[in-house]
Amino acid sequence: MPVDSEATPQPLVEQTGRRYWRSLEEFLDTPEYQEMMDREFPEQASEWTDPVTRRRFLMLMGASLALAGLNGCSTQPAPREKIMPYVRQPEPMVPGKPLYFATAMPLAGLATGVLVESHDGRPTKIEGNPSHPASLGATDLLIQASILGLYDPDRSQALTYRGRPRAWDEAMSAFRSALDKLKTRQGAGLCILTENVTSPTLDAQMTELLDKDHFPKAKWYQYEPAGRSTVLEGAKLAFDEYVNTHYNFRKADVVLALDADFLLAGPGTLRYTHDYSERRRVRTKDTTPDNFKMNRLYAVECSLNNTGGVADHRLALRPSQIEVFAQALGHKLMVREAPDAAGKLPEEARRWLEPLAKDLSEHSGKGIVLTGDGQPASVHALAHAINRTLRNVGETVLYTAPIEVRPVDHGEQIAALVEEMAGRRVEMLVILGGNPVYTAPTDLKFAEHLAKVPLRIHLGLYQDETGALCDWHIPEVHYLESWGDARAYDGTASVIQPLIAPLFGGRSAHELLAAFGESPERGGLEVVREYWRGWWLQQKEKESGDFEMFWQRSLQEGAITDPKFAHYTPKLEGWAERVAKAHRGEQGASAPRAGKFEIVFRLDPTLFDGRFANNGWLQELPKPVTKLTWDNAALMSPKTAEELGISYVHGSSSRFSSTGGEHGHALVDVVELTYLGRRVKAPVWIQPGHADGAITLYLGHGRQHVGRVAEGVGFNAYALRTRDALWFDSGLEARKLPGEEHALACTQMHHNMEERRPIRTASLEHFKSNPRFAHDLTAAETQQAEVLEQVPEPEPRGHAEKEQKKEEPDRRLVPLTLYSEGDNEFPYNGYKWAMAIDLTTCTGCSACVVACQSENNIPIVGKEEVTRGREMHWLRIDRYFEGDPFDASHVSAHFQPVPCMHCEKAPCELVCPVAATVHSHDGLNDMIYNRCVGTRYCSNNCPYKVRRFNFLQFADYATGSLKLMRNPDVTVRSRGVMEKCTYCVQRIRTAEIEAEKDERRITDRDLMTACQAVCPARAIRFGDLNQDSGVKQWKDEPLNYALLAELNTQPRTTYLAALRNPNPELETK
Amino acid sequence: MEQETAGPEARPGATGDGAPPVIGPGYTFRSVEEKISSITLARRTPRGWWIGFAISFTLAMVMLYTICYLLLKGVGIWGINIPVAWGFAIVNFVWWIGIGHAGTLISAILLLLHQKWRTSINRFAEAMTLFAVACAGLFPLLHMGRPWFFYWLFPYPNTMEIWPQFRSPLIWDVFAVSTYGTVSLLFWYVGLIPDLATIRDHTKSRFGQIGYGILAMGWRGSAYHWKRYEVTYLILAGLATPLVVSVHTVVSFDFAVAILPGWHSTIFPPYFVAGAIYSGFAMVLVLAIPLRAFYGLEDFITQVHLQNMAKIMLATGLVVGYGYGIEAFMGLYSGNIYEKYSQINRMFGPYGVYYWALITVNVAIPQVLWLKRVRSNPPFLFVVALVVLSGMWLERYVIVITSLHRDYLPSSWGMYSPTVWDWSMFLGTIGFFFALMFLFIRFLPMISIAEMQTLLPESRVQHDDHAGAAQEAH
Repeated sequence: MPVDSEATPQPLVEQTGRRYWRSLEEFLDTPEYQEMMDREFPEQASEWTDPVTRRRFLMLMGASLALAGLNGCSTQPAPREKIMPYVRQPEPMVPGKPLYFATAMPLAGLATGVLVESHDGRPTKIEGNPSHPASLGATDLLIQASILGLYDPDRSQALTYRGRPRAWDEAMSAFRSALDKLKTRQGAGLCILTENVTSPTLDAQMTELLDKDHFPKAKWYQYEPAGRSTVLEGAKLAFDEYVNTHYNFRKADVVLALDADFLLAGPGTLRYTHDYSERRRVRTKDTTPDNFKMNRLYAVECSLNNTGGVADHRLALRPSQIEVFAQALGHKLMVREAPDAAGKLPEEARRWLEPLAKDLSEHSGKGIVLTGDGQPASVHALAHAINRTLRNVGETVLYTAPIEVRPVDHGEQIAALVEEMAGRRVEMLVILGGNPVYTAPTDLKFAEHLAKVPLRIHLGLYQDETGALCDWHIPEVHYLESWGDARAYDGTASVIQPLIAPLFGGRSAHELLAAFGESPERGGLEVVREYWRGWWLQQKEKESGDFEMFWQRSLQEGAITDPKFAHYTPKLEGWAERVAKAHRGEQGASAPRAGKFEIVFRLDPTLFDGRFANNGWLQELPKPVTKLTWDNAALMSPKTAEELGISYVHGSSSRFSSTGGEHGHALVDVVELTYLGRRVKAPVWIQPGHADGAITLYLGHGRQHVGRVAEGVGFNAYALRTRDALWFDSGLEARKLPGEEHALACTQMHHNMEERRPIRTASLEHFKSNPRFAHDLTAAETQQAEVLEQVPEPEPRGHAEKEQKKEEPDRRLVPLTLYSEGDNEFPYNGYKWAMAIDLTTCTGCSACVVACQSENNIPIVGKEEVTRGREMHWLRIDRYFEGDPFDASHVSAHFQPVPCMHCEKAPCELVCPVAATVHSHDGLNDMIYNRCVGTRYCSNNCPYKVRRFNFLQFADYATGSLKLMRNPDVTVRSRGVMEKCTYCVQRIRTAEIEAEKDERRITDRDLMTACQAVCPARAIRFGDLNQDSGVKQWKDEPLNYALLAELNTQPRTTYLAALRNPNPELETK
Repeated sequence: MEQETAGPEARPGATGDGAPPVIGPGYTFRSVEEKISSITLARRTPRGWWIGFAISFTLAMVMLYTICYLLLKGVGIWGINIPVAWGFAIVNFVWWIGIGHAGTLISAILLLLHQKWRTSINRFAEAMTLFAVACAGLFPLLHMGRPWFFYWLFPYPNTMEIWPQFRSPLIWDVFAVSTYGTVSLLFWYVGLIPDLATIRDHTKSRFGQIGYGILAMGWRGSAYHWKRYEVTYLILAGLATPLVVSVHTVVSFDFAVAILPGWHSTIFPPYFVAGAIYSGFAMVLVLAIPLRAFYGLEDFITQVHLQNMAKIMLATGLVVGYGYGIEAFMGLYSGNIYEKYSQINRMFGPYGVYYWALITVNVAIPQVLWLKRVRSNPPFLFVVALVVLSGMWLERYVIVITSLHRDYLPSSWGMYSPTVWDWSMFLGTIGFFFALMFLFIRFLPMISIAEMQTLLPESRVQHDDHAGAAQEAH
């Protein structure tokens, strides 16, 4: 951490009675605690945490009691809301039993409703809110990991003035005097910079602050590095007004995604994935065989993303070609204003136009053309026009009023602010969240001009790059500790309610703005509640009851439907002129640039814009497609790499180093990227399926001031990002730096399946003709052929057997077994737990991996250990590529989540010398941590390699705040023991107890594993095979197959083969 | 060296039954006794001994340091990972256990087969076995994630009311190795008793008199003593004989029982046993050739011994080579894609160079032993034995690592490479082994005096009555 030790406040936070034990960590162990704080995170078991001796324990206890008493004389301000110990236990609160509260996580202003599990007042796990439209019970990986963000010990913990801790009152008086001075000038010189704002309360507060009685000449800027300005500007081009667009995938038969990774990220992604997946499931139970139907997804994109990876057809184009493609398609579809641009397209893209246009127009009103945030406004406008022509508007494409309280062009806003600062017209700059020093376009030189502002105030979760350059840094509260509100992708509002008192003190933006206004002592609750009371009073049809009822219900449900956001159809007129005008403007600004390559900026799939950089879960989560962890790289196609003199060996994109490799350590070449005279060094990651001639860089890495986790991770792609090219541009030069190498940590580097068919896939047509294609038990098709050739077909005896033969797989392909059927088998009369995973709908988004990590207290191990192949994820997602890596458009990806298979004949159990892994009566392969001596034989004998070993002391026993976060129902494993997926046994046992109390059986409604609950595609089902449960229905499907079934392990986790629905007219020649 | 000028057949002092001589000419009971015990009884320790001991003791300290660090940090200091969860520790374990085979084989099986030439090498071969087993025993213990719970692998009554899991080959290992260690120790010690008494009687130092006196357990060389000694020795030989076969068979089960392609194979037990004898004899040669030169024991450890051991190496080496061949054939012929891939990957995958190195040093190079010229050239034989030792180590490395690193699902394939701690542990045990050997050479008679005396023509007077002959020696 950059903060010098003198500046670190000694009792770190405001003390309150309920948190006295926290002080135990921080106050008593101060030197050790500091040392621990300074150490590289995660602590890789640098010591075997030795137990507290009796004397030391007594000492600690005595001192902590004394300290608890000291709370009374604290000079810190008293908490603003009443916090009292329980005299009587509140009705819903039973110690040891979790409670769930609805709240919402805002990200770049957009809210997703969540339910947070709280154990005795500590939030421990985040689930989706089933009644929130953007969640429907699912969450994405960022939401899952945000719980770690709450407890991050590196969050800023004290209000500072130029690095020195200061009291809140001191800060307030400084602000007050500055504000008083500014007030005489009606606020001229006061600038407030926020992130993207959808919070109606914040809007009301800003409106009040900027009204004529206060600071009418003050200025409010918004800047979001991931700002969706292109979307809004596109709507403005099309409709001459700002419009929010969202989609109804439930009705969509044909989807065309233009550079839109809507299955992984972006507003509404969870809802979209859910609806899209609903239309992709083919179940023999639901439909008659000749009525099998699936939607069809065409993806046009630059880098291989999750959406393109699982799409039925994928076209790799450079981002600049996508507009041309959209124009050509529009032309084909008779969009009047679209020019015929087909001539400028590569051949493969031209081949697409005819069948795609036909498919889209055949499904008029049941199609979606959606465009990604990284495409310019003109493409968005064109997509609106195409959707209108296809009569999709009002059916699958829905328009509402913009959800942003003030839709703006974020790039323009930050430029305007910098201009003000450069002109020394800013007296006082208040930065409410965000990290513009790091994220602002580099050509604006934000940091340089920031220094010209006399009074700089930063409110942020971290003492980050911006905080370090501001006079005042105010710790911001996490969304789980504060009141607030925000809107979802469709305008649904949610009140954000805190789950815990601020861990490290801090203020929310609402509180800070309130402090600037008339009533400085108003808390977040008051501000938010007051806004919603006003809103409620304004609603015409007030439901019966009073505001309190509305308020409580809103909090409980986590969603408020706002009639303001009803769908409507905006007028689409004269857009072509506006587009043309905009184009002229652009062309004037940017002449075609020298430089061979196109530079493409994308948000990091796990770190977003960099705000989650200090989140260890997200750093260590393999990026869904590249499987890289703890780094970013310059993604390029094999061809582009060859052009740069970087070799590509099929099947393995990098050399194996002497220390690990293949799984883990990848030594790659380094390139120097030059764009507009700015240079950045980046390791190369060869990404099959990436469009040739472009290089994709993930933003969000290379942070400077952030914390122990993100320190020194990756390179900063913002250093090349300019105001004019926020997402892509031409004119990039790349040069291989000879002799330079960089070690990347990649969890999977073997990309092909080696004819083993771990993922079985077929087209819908093939499935119709051979519904049991996946069900055959041997792995490789070559092997099957060999067996059938060598073993004579047994003569069917009698008619009955002949009939049966049709149903069953060829017996010759069923592996021989020593177990005769039913002989000596355990009957599993009670419950029989099993899981099925649908590979058709799995998009590889990786939310389940983080959910599992959060639920099961899985530690992170750090980059070095990942390079050694020691990551601990119980659930991994295997990714295989299909197709020729040199033909970018014909590369697709397959994703396969792999948890423990819970084999009935588990190879791991047989070899454990101490019976530390045994089978339970309900069919679980249990792992007994305290019996394990760590021979690792079980892992060797596991054909699925799902077991994870604590090679060192990976679990962080020392950091106090992380202790709060852990799930109390799950053991924290120590060094030297094996661990693995348990099917969330703690949840099973809890459900069992509940069901037993009611004297009934557990049903699907009572129990979900963490991975199942989080999945937006509902691709995972878990349940009891002895009932007609959801999982049983899936297992009866012909698509169901077991991984490595030929080994006779009889896995309880099985897969439903992946179906794709390609357009026969577009099939590869 | 005189053996180069005169063939062993021409030597006087042959045992008289037509077999080549296994002891030099002109020895009497007394001179044999003096020659061997003088090494132990000498006041001054030779400088060469000190240098050798210092080097190996330093390495043993490196091992101790590694063990301390390992216990402090965890097995993560080694290069192991998922999927390659077993690395150097298991490779070294199997290697050392294999080396430990020759001693008991020489002592027990050759005793039962009346191979007289065994007498001059059995003592230090047995010591070698013990020390190798000690080195081997360290590894399974330390490779555990939580070694302090090692005793959970023993079936002892406990409050948890839980037995070990008897289906696991690791449990069989525990029994096999501990039984083998115990029997080897007893066998070696029983054989030592008459000689310990000899040293006790000759030593001038008080310390030695007491020390050797205690160890000799009151041996007076009476006919009763000799009778009981002979019976005990034979019983122990009988007990040890099946163990020679069983230990490495059980060790091979660690692999053969697993379902991993490349491990799951029925050829493993015989081929492991052959490999063990192969490396064991190589180690005996590596020890014997310098020893006889340094201490001038060419008359006791003669050409016959070296040649016989070379022949055994050649034979077991051929069995091992056959094992490789069958493994490859089965892998490729099985029609099982995993076996097939595993075999091809072993040969041509990222570890292919190790495989071909293994074939070269373990199969190709030892073929020079067909040539008598090579067999009768101790320095050359020494080099071949070293090559075989490294070859057998490579074999275990290839089996353990290449099978694990690419098994069933390509997604979890990974690479393994040892860290500095893997090496320090391995080299440390080599140091530990040699340090123990040096101490043994210095403080105990490295050749069985009593048994050597039975080879002398004088002992024939008693019509091969060992007891009588030895008694006379006193």
